[in-house]
Amino acid sequence: MIEAYDLSKEFNGNFWAVEGVSLNVQAGQILALLGQNGAGKTTTVRMLNALLTPTRGWARVAGYDVIKNPQEVRSNVGVLTEQHGLYVRMTGDEYLDYFGRVYKLSAEKRKARAVYLLDYFGLTEAAKRRTGEYSKGMKQKLAMARALIHDPAVLLLDEPTSAMDPEASRLARDEIARLKSSQRTIVICTHNLVEAEALADHVAIIYRGKILLSGALDELKRQVLGAAEYEAEFAESYNAEALDLPAGVEIVARNATRLRFRIESPQTTNPNLVDALTSRGARVISFYEVPRTLEQVYLRTMERAQETTYAE
Amino acid sequence: MRNNWDGIWLVARREFVDQFRDWRIIAPMIIMIGLFPFIADANTREAINFMNRYGGDLILERLVPFVVLVIGFFPLAFTLGVALEAFVGEKERGTIEPLLNSPLTDSQIYLGKLLVGIVTPLIASYLSTGLYLALLLRRAVAFPSAYILLLILLLTFAHAVLMVSSAIIISVQATSIRAANLLASFVVMPVAFILQGETTLIFWGDEEVLWYAIVAVTLLSGLLVRLGLAHFRREYLLGREIDTLNLKRLAHLFSDRFTGKAKGVFNWYREELPLTLAQLRTPLLIVITIGVVAVFASYGWTIVQIPAYITITPERAEELRAYALSNASSLEMISSQLPAPVLFYHNARAILAIFLLGIASFGVLGLGLFLVNVGLVGGVLGAAKLIGFSPLLTFFAGVAPHGVFELTAFFLATAAMVKAGAQLVTPQTERSMGETLIVSIVDWCRVFVGIVLPLLAVAAVIEIYATPYILKAAFGL
Ligand SMILES: Nc1ncnc2c1ncn2[C@@H]1O[C@H](COP(=O)(O)OP(=O)(O)O)[C@@H](O)[C@H]1O
Ligand SMILES: [Mg+2]
Repeated sequence: MIEAYDLSKEFNGNFWAVEGVSLNVQAGQILALLGQNGAGKTTTVRMLNALLTPTRGWARVAGYDVIKNPQEVRSNVGVLTEQHGLYVRMTGDEYLDYFGRVYKLSAEKRKARAVYLLDYFGLTEAAKRRTGEYSKGMKQKLAMARALIHDPAVLLLDEPTSAMDPEASRLARDEIARLKSSQRTIVICTHNLVEAEALADHVAIIYRGKILLSGALDELKRQVLGAAEYEAEFAESYNAEALDLPAGVEIVARNATRLRFRIESPQTTNPNLVDALTSRGARVISFYEVPRTLEQVYLRTMERAQETTYAE
Repeated sequence: MRNNWDGIWLVARREFVDQFRDWRIIAPMIIMIGLFPFIADANTREAINFMNRYGGDLILERLVPFVVLVIGFFPLAFTLGVALEAFVGEKERGTIEPLLNSPLTDSQIYLGKLLVGIVTPLIASYLSTGLYLALLLRRAVAFPSAYILLLILLLTFAHAVLMVSSAIIISVQATSIRAANLLASFVVMPVAFILQGETTLIFWGDEEVLWYAIVAVTLLSGLLVRLGLAHFRREYLLGREIDTLNLKRLAHLFSDRFTGKAKGVFNWYREELPLTLAQLRTPLLIVITIGVVAVFASYGWTIVQIPAYITITPERAEELRAYALSNASSLEMISSQLPAPVLFYHNARAILAIFLLGIASFGVLGLGLFLVNVGLVGGVLGAAKLIGFSPLLTFFAGVAPHGVFELTAFFLATAAMVKAGAQLVTPQTERSMGETLIVSIVDWCRVFVGIVLPLLAVAAVIEIYATPYILKAAFGL
C-alpha cells in the first residue's frame, strides 16, 4: 500500500520539482502517473522509495514511513529505474544473483526466482552473456527482472516498456497485470496512454510538479469529458424530430442513419431510450457507448493546464 | 554486525571481480607490478657495482629498504583510480540508482567501496615489493631485516588507507570522473611528501619514528572515513548539477551566514556573535583544560629536565639573572624594534595558521600547534624559576597584563577551530560537504573578526607600551 500526503521536493533551494502530491494506492491497484518530461514523475517515485528525502510532506510505503524507516521501505519495494542501470560486465545470471543477495534471498530462492524471471522474459539463453551485449529492450527486461527478484509487495515502475518491442511490452504488461491480481501495489510512470489505460484503475496527471487530476479512470472520464455518449445506428434513414426523448438525454450529433446522445445516467435512462426508439419505428442496428480514451482525458487536461499557465 | 559485513563484502566483491574484467585497470596494474621491480633491481645492481669499488656497504644496506618503500608506493598511486571512480563512475554510467534503491545501508555501500579501493592497490603493491625482494635474493646485498620489512609493509598499508579514504570522499563529491581524476594529484602529492620524509628517516636509520608516522597516518585515515560517512547522502549521488563552480552562491552563503540577521555592527555584536559564542562553551572548556595542563607540564618539564642538561651553578644563575634584568631595563626601547602593529600581525598570523592546519586535519594538527605555543609560556616561567625569579611574579607582571587579552583571544580562536574541525566530521543531515566547510569557516571567522582581532590589537599595544614598565616596576629596576 502507498499513502502520500503533500509530498514535495525542492532542489538546490530554489526549484520545486514536486509540490503537494498526495496519493493513495491500495494493494491490488495500479496507479498510472502521467505527465510530460520533467513533470516530476521520477522525483515522486524516488521519494516513495526513500531515495530522496521529501522537503515537505510524508509517505508510507509498504507499511513503513519513508523518512523514519527508509531501509525497510527499500527492502519491500521493487523499483524499475528510468535508466536500466545494468552492470555491463556482468552476465544476466550474475546480475540477478547479485541483486538476489542484496535483497537477502536464500540461495534456493535466488536461483528459483532468476530461473522463473529469465524464462518469463525470454532471456534464458542470453543470461550467460554479458549484459553489455544486450539490446536496449533486453536490458530493460533484465532490469524489470531485477525489480521483481525479491517479489516485492510494492512496485514502482518508471517507464517500464519505453524501449521494448510490442511483444516484450505485452509480456511486461501481462506480468504487471498478474502481479496486480496477486495483491501487489503498483505505480507506473509512463507516457504510453494506451498502456496506462489497459493496466491502471487509477490515474494521476502531474504537471510541473503538481497533481492536476487524480482518481478512478471512469470517474475522471466523466469529470473531464462530461456525461457518457452513446450512438445509435439505424438500418434506414430515420427522422428523430418526432422522438420523445427521456429526461437527461440530449442529442449531440446526427446524420441520416446515426444519432449520438449525451446521457447523464445511462443505467436508468438507456432502457427507456431504446424503448422510445423502437416504439417509434426505428430499425436499430447497433446501440453502443462511444469509446472515450484516457488520451482524450489527458490531452484535454493538459490543454486546460497550459491555458491557465499562459493566462497567468 | 554479521549482516553488516555481508553487505560490505557483497559490494566489495562485485566491484573486485568487475575490475578484473576491465583491461584499462588490468594492463597498467600488470605493467606496474612486473616492470618496476626489474628496473629497480637493475639499478640496485649498478649501485652494488659502484659501491663495491668504493667500499660503501653501509649506504647500500640503507638503500634497499628505501627502494622497497618506493616500489610499494607506485602501484598505489596508479591504482587509485579504482577508488576515485568508486561512486562517480557508477554515477556517470547510471548504475548507481539500482544500488541506492537496494536495502544496503549507507555504511555498507561506502565501506564496501572503500574495501575494494584499499585491497586492489595493496595487492598490486605487495606483489610488486614481493617480486623485487625475490629478485634481490640473487644480489650480493644484505636482505632487509624482518623488522624493517614489517615496518615497510605497514607504512605501505597506511599510505594506501590514507590515499583511498581521501579518494573515496572525492568520488562521492565529484560530479564527473574527469573532475575526480583531476583531483587525484591532491591525494597523491601529500602522500608523496610524507613518503619523502619517511625515506629520509629510513635512510638515516631513525626507524622508531616511523611507528608514529604509521599511527598518525592511520588515525587521519580513520577521521577521513568518518568524514566521508558523515557526508554520504544517497541524494547527492543522484544530483544533476554539472561541474560549475558557483562562486556567487558561495559568496552569498558566506556573507549570509556571517552577518546573520544583524541590522548593523552594534546589533551584530549584541544578537549574532553571542549565538556563535554560546556554541563554543564545550570546545572552550576542552581547550582551556588542555592549555592549563600544557602550561604546567612544560613548566614542570623545564624545571626537572633542563638542569639535567645544563648545570646551573649559583654564579651562573646570578649571571643569567643580571643579563635578563639588563635586557628588561632596556625593554621600553622595544617599541622601536618591534612596533605594535607588527606584533599584532604576527599573532594574528599564528592564529590563522592554527586554524588552517586545524581545518585540514579536523582539529588535530591545529591543536598541536596550540600546545606548542601554550607550552612556551610554561617553559619561559620554568626558565625564570631556574635562574631564581618568582614564576608567579613573572607571570603576573610579564604575561598577565597583555595576556588577559592575548590568551583570551588565543583560547577563543582555538576553541572555534576545534569546533570547526569537529563540525566537519559530524553527520549533517541538511547540508552538503561544501556547505558544511563554508559554515565551519564562517563560524570561525565570526569569532576571529568579531573578538580575536580586537583583543589582539589591544594586547599588542599593552605588550609593547605597558608590559615593559610593569615588569621593570615589579622587579624594582
Ligand atoms: N537531482 C536533481 N537536481 C536538480 N533538479 C532535478 C533533479 N532531479 C530532477 N530535477 C528536475 O526536477 C524536474 C522533474 O524531474 P523528473 O522527476 O525527472 O521528471 P519526469 O520523471 O516526470 O520526467 C525536472 O525539471 C528536473 O530537471
Ligand atoms: Mg522520469
